[in-house]
Amino acid sequence: MVETLTSHDASVLWVIPTLPLAISMLNLFVGKRLGRWAGVLATMAVAASFAVAVASVADLLSRPAGERLASQHLFDWISVGGFRVGADLRLDGLSAMMILVITGIGALIHLYSIGYMAHDERRGRFFAYLNLFVFFMLMLVLGANYLVLYLGWEGVGLCSFLLIGFWSDKLTNAEAAKKAFITTRIGDTLMLVGLATLVFKFGTLDFVPIFGAAPTVLTKDAATVIALLLFAGAIGKSAQLPLQVWLPDAMAGPTPVSALIHAATMVTAGVYLVIRSHVLFEISGVALTVVLVIGVATALFAATCAIAQVDIKRVLAYSTISQLGYMFIAVGMRAYAVAMFFLVAHAFYKALMFLGAGSVIHGMHGEQDMRQMGGLRKVMPVTFVTFAIGALAQAGIPPLAGFFAKDALLEVAQHTGRTAVYGLGTLAAFLTAFYLGRMLILTFFGKPRSDAAEHAHESSPLIWIPLAILAAGVAFAGVLELNPEGKLTSLLDPLLGALHDAGGLPFATLAEIAVAVAVVALAITWWIYGSGRIDPNAFRARMEPMATAAQHGWYVDRAYDVVFVQPAKALARMTGEVLDAKVIDGAVNGVAGLVQRAAAGGRLIQTGFVRTYALVLFLGAVLVLGYIGVRV
Amino acid sequence: MSGHVLSAVIFLPLLGVLGLVIGGRQITDAGARWITLLVTLVTFSVSLAMLGRFTAADPGYQLIEQASWVPGIGLQYLIGVDGISLWLVLLTTFLFPISVLASWTVTANVRRYMVAMLVLETAVLGSFLALDLILFFIFFEAILVPMYLLIGGWGGERRVHAALKFFLYTMAGSAFLLVAIIFLYAKAGGGTFDVRTLADTAATLPLATARWLFLGFLVAFAVKVPLFPLHTWLPDAHTEAPTAASVLLAGVLLKVGAYGLIRFNMALFPEASKHFATPIMVLAAIGIVYGAVCAISQRDVKRLVAYSSVSHLGFVVLGLFAFTQQAVSGSVLQMVNHGLATGALFLLVGMLYERTHTRQLDEMGGLASVMPWLLGFFLFAVFASAGLPGLNSFVGEFLVIIGTFAISHWLGVAASIAVVLSAIYLLWSYQRVAYGAVRDEHRGLADVSAREVVVLAPVLALLLVFGVYPKMLTSAIDPATARVIEHVAPDHPTTVVTGVEVADEGSRG
Amino acid sequence: MRTPIAYFLLLAGLLFAMGTVGVLVNRNALRIFMAVELQLNAVNLTLVAFARMHNDLTGQVLAFFSMVVAAAEVVVGLAIIVSIYRRRRSVDVDDVREMRW
Repeated sequence: MVETLTSHDASVLWVIPTLPLAISMLNLFVGKRLGRWAGVLATMAVAASFAVAVASVADLLSRPAGERLASQHLFDWISVGGFRVGADLRLDGLSAMMILVITGIGALIHLYSIGYMAHDERRGRFFAYLNLFVFFMLMLVLGANYLVLYLGWEGVGLCSFLLIGFWSDKLTNAEAAKKAFITTRIGDTLMLVGLATLVFKFGTLDFVPIFGAAPTVLTKDAATVIALLLFAGAIGKSAQLPLQVWLPDAMAGPTPVSALIHAATMVTAGVYLVIRSHVLFEISGVALTVVLVIGVATALFAATCAIAQVDIKRVLAYSTISQLGYMFIAVGMRAYAVAMFFLVAHAFYKALMFLGAGSVIHGMHGEQDMRQMGGLRKVMPVTFVTFAIGALAQAGIPPLAGFFAKDALLEVAQHTGRTAVYGLGTLAAFLTAFYLGRMLILTFFGKPRSDAAEHAHESSPLIWIPLAILAAGVAFAGVLELNPEGKLTSLLDPLLGALHDAGGLPFATLAEIAVAVAVVALAITWWIYGSGRIDPNAFRARMEPMATAAQHGWYVDRAYDVVFVQPAKALARMTGEVLDAKVIDGAVNGVAGLVQRAAAGGRLIQTGFVRTYALVLFLGAVLVLGYIGVRV
Repeated sequence: MSGHVLSAVIFLPLLGVLGLVIGGRQITDAGARWITLLVTLVTFSVSLAMLGRFTAADPGYQLIEQASWVPGIGLQYLIGVDGISLWLVLLTTFLFPISVLASWTVTANVRRYMVAMLVLETAVLGSFLALDLILFFIFFEAILVPMYLLIGGWGGERRVHAALKFFLYTMAGSAFLLVAIIFLYAKAGGGTFDVRTLADTAATLPLATARWLFLGFLVAFAVKVPLFPLHTWLPDAHTEAPTAASVLLAGVLLKVGAYGLIRFNMALFPEASKHFATPIMVLAAIGIVYGAVCAISQRDVKRLVAYSSVSHLGFVVLGLFAFTQQAVSGSVLQMVNHGLATGALFLLVGMLYERTHTRQLDEMGGLASVMPWLLGFFLFAVFASAGLPGLNSFVGEFLVIIGTFAISHWLGVAASIAVVLSAIYLLWSYQRVAYGAVRDEHRGLADVSAREVVVLAPVLALLLVFGVYPKMLTSAIDPATARVIEHVAPDHPTTVVTGVEVADEGSRG
Repeated sequence: MRTPIAYFLLLAGLLFAMGTVGVLVNRNALRIFMAVELQLNAVNLTLVAFARMHNDLTGQVLAFFSMVVAAAEVVVGLAIIVSIYRRRRSVDVDDVREMRW
């Protein structure tokens, strides 16, 4: 599928990422003196970015479908011997959706953070990092070539590192930050190799020429290699199997960070990357199948883990992994518009739930264990309502946003004859509704199970206002999108192409099945956790040791530690302390030692007796003279 | 001085030495510091004047100064600058005032210390600018003496061992160089040591001879770079050297080796360069991974940075011998960038050491909460060194990777592995320094002083500037490296296909 | 008639041999020094003798030159011996062996 959009110059694109960057620098250097204003400024910067983004997107929409591509060349970044990479920005339907999500939800999360971080004395730095993240994320989606994308890609990784480890005096937080960065960097490295391959094949990293020439330049195999290398980057960033291990630990960061970075935006960068590169994936074909398989596997795997969590944020973390899996399922079926819609909807309801969870944690004075909660709906009504809207949305209850997304996805699976995907997707949907119901009930229903839960209090308006706005978005965004001419999805059509529909069960039937699955799952959770007729602890005990295994992510972490981390550490120690110090440096020192020993032997000749020297001198003279005499 | 700007750059520091020596004991410690700082700053500004007179588009040597020195053997005082040496000279003149300012805390024998620094500057600059082989050799060897004194005189506990090892190891390499120079002169010299002439006459040498001579040059420069497995002097030297010496060692001295490879090995023995390219690239790739793996296991933070240098310099050598435009330009860029990034790391490690009096990672921890700014700067340098896009090291490494990838996929992939490994060792070390609980004895340590900010700010700023706008450097580097490639491998795929051509092709197809 | 060159050489050889033996058998630095002077003078004698034989003054000049150098050497040498004596109260060369190894 060749891109046929004509491009026009846009001179304001640079403003969108620059605003947060500028305020980030300001906060970084004088944030301490700004006090409360640090957060206000940061929020205003992102909000202003949002305004510019809206204006830009509106401008884009006002143009005919074939001209919806704006680009801006800022300066030459790298230019060596015919290989040029510009600092180029580009706005099309795909990046338009992304920047709206990033700046829109980003602004709300910033607003929320003002209240959430009000008592942290390092909040200046916090907002600096958060704004910096927004900058890099915008660069990622606005980049007109793979290198600018990679800049943003690594940049968000950096900010993720900084923010996960924000409370770094606790070593586990720092560990989690490092783990997140290194795990994703494994994927990034493969992605870098992918970029090198692209340069090798195309001599450029710009999207337009690559996608234009790909069908003629790339063989199927070459496309598969490149696509899989790029997908490896996506696997790392989007925490898919087998690199999912970092995301649950990343919950060590402050909750707004989890909402913004590890739910709404950064982790979806992988989905964006694959959709952006869909031309390459489609040439390969195999690569799309890989995406699909990984997506299905991850969606199921993470859903099973989420059921057994006791930490409210870890439920959400696994849930995010699972939902990202869903998005990759959609991508793997070439249903890019569905994937993007899913991405946007997920950004809304997952941000909402994370912020809600943050509000709960705030109200519980830092307690994150759901076993200590219960009954919070009475003391935290706003949080409860908004959180429930998010959870129901994700569970797939109409008319909330999540329902349409999930339903569209399952419909595509069914209509393209992928019955297995449809079945597994529905199973995952069942599990999703189950763990969400469990979380909702454990947290908000029943009786308070601890002092903290009894004395919990509703958070300040600064915290719940963003919740309310997001909840409204979740409630109505889906309805708006019902319109098949929905503006945002129609943005994508010229870019991504329409889907081939082979037909299948009618939409209404599929929707009924989906709703039935969700409702049944929620009913079961109510029966187990809410009705009081079953002791949840006994239920869990009966599920051992599976429950504990699922709680620990099926021990993948531990397996990696045993199989990769420890041997790698041992190898590094071997290399550093034995091979280098003993063998290589040993050889050097050995040569030096040899010389030294030879010299030690040689110097024994120097007895210190002057007369011996004289005798040797004399004999030497005699020998030399004798030799001359004989020769003559 | 209009026609002698290069001589002025080289010998200004020596003038400072003269002042310090004549002034003798009358010069106080503070006086010696200020005089030296002033001299290095003047040298820097003169080198900026050199930059002003430089024509970026001209691939050849510029601002040449030529005078007969020992006519009997054709020895000349011949200096000149091109796009490759230009930035190395500027890097040197830039890092010296920084290092002098970083040496403010040196209190023992300040005057002698400063004399050694200034002599070192002259020697390094002379090496980068000399176009006469013997003149180069003299400067090249002259580097050793002040460096030996700096490490041996103001170093750590095992300074004598480290200094001796450094001196003997590099000296052993140089012996091969001298022999090769003399042999080359005798066989193909035509009565001159002028590299420009020799580049033509050396082509008449029999292949076998040229290859042996190539190896002679290679050994000397490979030790200096250092190329795996000739690197073991480096961790010792770095660990024991005083901060400024570490900065200069990593920042500019190692570059002399890599510079020698491109200036002499490739210019004089193009055929042999191609002949030995593969084994050298393999060694370089091994060095990239090996250095990084060794760095992971280090407990001494200075050793760790030293091993990271082995890894980063592997990129330089790998790129040089790939002979593609991207790789070679990337290598030269990487030389400058590594000098800045690793220089910054050593400056910061030095500042940490001055406060905590330990280099052991296990004995630090939690320092981020005690000295947020210092550790913030440290983190910045760490990410620059780890090749984060937008900061300087990324550009050079990326160019080397794509340039090498065009020649050999596997070597390109091997080099990419360093991206993960560097993240591991750098972040792990940063974590052990900055995060976790603070030790009691480290509570109340002072954050960066104003002087230290002045030391760090210019370096850190350049890390960002060269990461965002490397074209500043490459526009001068590119013509010069293109000339080298043209000379060595005219039939080589010097550039990857340009983007425009592909775009045209795409629209046609 | 001139004295045959052989006589001079014989005398010089004798003197040189005495000097050599003197250097080898003595332990007193002063005596060794004197023996060395004897050797030097033996060589000077041969120089002068050959100069006379060839009617070439170069040999004589060389002899003068060597005497001047020898004088300078004596100055340095004696100074060293005196300072050694001051430190150690002995000029036995076998005792002075700190500088070996």
